[in-house]
Amino acid sequence: MSRSIDIKLRVNGEDVGATVPARLNLVDFLREELCLTGSHVGCEHGVCGACTLTVDGDTVRGCLMLATQANGKEVTTIEGLADSGQSTALQAAFTKRNALQCGFCTPGMLASALGYVNAGGAADRDAIRQHISGNYCRCTGYQSIVDAICDVIKETRT
Amino acid sequence: MKAPDFDYLRPSSLDVALAMLIEHDGEAMPLAGGQSLMPMMNFRVAAPEALIDLADLTELRGITVDTDTVRIGAMTRYAELMSDPTVQAHIPLIGMALPHIAHDAVRNRGTIGGSLALADPAAEMPALMLALDASIEVAGPDGTRMIKADDFFLGMFETALDDELITAIHVPVATPAQRFGFHELTQRHGDYALAGVAIAKTDDSYCAAFFGVADRATRVPELEAALTRQDNIKTVLTHLDQIDFTDDLKANHTTRQRLAGVALTRALKGMTQ
Ligand SMILES: Cc1cc2nc3c(=O)[nH]c(=O)nc-3n(C[C@H](O)[C@H](O)[C@H](O)COP(=O)(O)OP(=O)(O)OC[C@H]3O[C@@H](n4cnc5c(N)ncnc54)[C@H](O)[C@@H]3O)c2cc1C
Ligand code: FES
Ligand code: FES
Repeated sequence: MSRSIDIKLRVNGEDVGATVPARLNLVDFLREELCLTGSHVGCEHGVCGACTLTVDGDTVRGCLMLATQANGKEVTTIEGLADSGQSTALQAAFTKRNALQCGFCTPGMLASALGYVNAGGAADRDAIRQHISGNYCRCTGYQSIVDAICDVIKETRT
Repeated sequence: MKAPDFDYLRPSSLDVALAMLIEHDGEAMPLAGGQSLMPMMNFRVAAPEALIDLADLTELRGITVDTDTVRIGAMTRYAELMSDPTVQAHIPLIGMALPHIAHDAVRNRGTIGGSLALADPAAEMPALMLALDASIEVAGPDGTRMIKADDFFLGMFETALDDELITAIHVPVATPAQRFGFHELTQRHGDYALAGVAIAKTDDSYCAAFFGVADRATRVPELEAALTRQDNIKTVLTHLDQIDFTDDLKANHTTRQRLAGVALTRALKGMTQ
């Protein structure tokens, strides 16, 4: 029986150990314990996508996973994607296309977009829209985000 | 909001997990992908004393075929189902439905067992199980039993589970005589359906399971008989009257009945060849 649990995981390439309350979700752990505030918290029930990050290479909702479920796993946040250069092309395209205004959705949007690009997704506007339909943006109207993702796919595949 | 406090238990075998369920006498809930349970806890609709994380139960994993049945472990994630060659080859209906279930990030965690145990009336998987004549393998303190999908879903978020865990799903291998159809109508891609239907046709006989329309995934025997008789589509649609359609903020029962008709018509048009 335990309401506080010892966990060990890798976050952005660094080993991390901590004792966490069972109820602490992964995104709160990253933000509040590790001060990685790139992942945002919007709805806390899985619909907005602001907390999207990568666990063992898969995109997941950081608000729908407990920190303790990440024990033994490799977590990559937007900080890690940016530092390692994985999201550089997307970030540049987002800037160029004005694909962000307030930026609240952007870390999650980049993580989702990267999942699409890495899976070999096509520069097809409908398919991209479908893929990012789980990420809300209240500012841009999505057009420019789709433009930016298309740009990156076209650039990297030609 | 955040989830209320709970004990986190992580059994290493099915037997230990079942013993924990009994010991907590209804106060503990199994945790699979957490893609429904975590939102329910964050909303404080669910406040279990303890969570029993099924992540380490190897008994609940794996996809195997034996002659005419595919056995899918309850902890199989949607993303694994999508990429699994056995599922693609033998259960085409699953491949047709999966892109409509939520989004990548949710499909990377959500499991087939979790969806069936939850029995959300708008979820795709329960209807698929009805259309495919699947059986659900469950384990409890008295051993293992198989429940036909037709007997498993008892109402809104209500199943035949009784202090039991779903261990696997058994789906008959598709035969050359079978054709499949699927269509759903949603407000946005990946949302829960306002109305949808999954169809399996074997020779000339139809099985059609609707979801999003009533308190559970629903078949209408008269409608299936009309399809089998190749009645005119207008006649077929009159049998939708048998469904007790849901009224909610997204659509009232009249709209839902219309949408169910549209989904059925489109699913029939798009049947596999
Ligand atoms: C943004 C969003 C969109 C979604 N859209 C859809 C959609 O369009 N269609 C759809 O069908 N679903 C949708 N879902 C829900 C998703 O499919 C869930 O993953 C699924 O319903 C539950 O599976 P899980 O593995 O996450 O189960 P959990 O959330 O872990 O558990 C769900 C319930 O089942 C119980 N349980 C889990 N496993 C077992 C088991 N083996 N035996 C007994 N009981 C068990 C749990 O105790 C809990 O009560 C969506 C979710 C989100 C967050
Ligand atoms: S905060 Fe996780 S999806 Fe909205
Ligand atoms: S840029 Fe403001 S929410 Fe997307």
